[in-house]
This record gives sequence, C-alpha cells and structure tokens, in this order.
Amino acid sequence: MSRSVWKGPYVDGYLLKKAEKVREGGRSEVIKTWSRRSTILPQFVGLTFGVYNGKKHIPVLISEDMIGHKFGEFSPTRTYYGHGADKRARRG
Amino acid sequence: MARIAGVNIPTNKRVVIALQYIHGIGPKIAEDICSSVKIPGDRRVNELTDAEIIQIRESIDQNHVVEGDLRRGVAMNIKRLMDLGNYRGLRHRRGLPVHGQRTHTNARTRKGPAKPIAGKKK
Repeated sequence: MSRSVWKGPYVDGYLLKKAEKVREGGRSEVIKTWSRRSTILPQFVGLTFGVYNGKKHIPVLISEDMIGHKFGEFSPTRTYYGHGADKRARRG
Repeated sequence: MARIAGVNIPTNKRVVIALQYIHGIGPKIAEDICSSVKIPGDRRVNELTDAEIIQIRESIDQNHVVEGDLRRGVAMNIKRLMDLGNYRGLRHRRGLPVHGQRTHTNARTRKGPAKPIAGKKK
C-alpha cells in the first residue's frame, strides 16, 4: 500500500544536510549512505550517492526520473550468477 | 459492422459486451460510456443508429485511453523502469516476476515454459 500523502515523503534528516553541504562545496563527491529507505527528492538530482547494499556502497547518479523512488531500489542486495549448467555469464 | 476506436469491429452483441472487445475497456468503463451517451446497455450494436455510434466514438476519444495509445503508455512505463536501473527494471529485463513473488517454484507466466535441466533424470 502506498504511503499517505499528508505525511510527505520519508527522508532521513541527515541526508538533507549532507546533500546541501556537497551542493555548496565542490561537486562530484560521493555521499555514502546506509539509508536505503529514504525517498529521492528533487534537490538530490545531479548528486552521486553511495547506497549501501549490505556489502558495498554502490554509486548512484541521481537523475530526474528517479525522483519518488527509494535509494534501495538502485542498489541490488543479491548477486546471482546463474546456475552451473548455463555457461553464459549473467550479471545485473 | 461498426468501427469504434480504430480497428475494433464488435459484432451483433449487446453494446456493453461489444465495447469490451476494445483494449482498455472493461465492464466498468463500458457501463460508463453507455450511461454517458444514454444508450441502454442491452441494445445490440447493429440496432444502433450512426449518430449513436459517433457519440460513442467521441465519448471514448475524450475520456478514455484506449488501444494503441494505452499499449504505448504501458510499454513506455516499463521502458522507463528498465532504463532507470532500479530493482523493478532489472526484474523486467530478466523476465522475472516484479512484485516480489516466489520464483523457487511457479512464476511460469513470466518465465515461460519450464526448461529441462541436463542430467537431472535419475
């Protein structure tokens, strides 16, 4: 079920502060985050976030289309290389 | 024969039923269209006058996304997810279920017919 609109989008507060700091200072800095549950807001567009997948911080460049999705969607937590029989190396 | 919304030619069925041959029109929307142009839903399509058919056509054009446009819209939405590189897009790319269903068994609608695994027999 979707989240109630009156609550507004969910974002961990510290992300807002960090995003602003990177905005002001030099760009092209990866903001590491563990907050996969946070919604991507319009003010994050153009920034790069390192979204933790349980093992690594996956760099995600935020584009306009991603607004409204959650960070976690862009950082897969499972790796599946296919079964031994199918030789084709698959990666997602 | 009546052409409504492009290629569709519903037959001598009741109007509510015939309209549902159009992609994007189900029971609810068929009912809505009939009431908005004030045609009783159990009239047959071949009993409609030309003016009534034109009315139906206009009502669909104005209020509903149907056939090609609808299919294109859906395809665009899926393409957007795939280009985004998020989890749902990856599932679409791989041809696996998107909404978190189990894939250990079942999921044959998305995966297609079962492929035999070599050397599994006895």
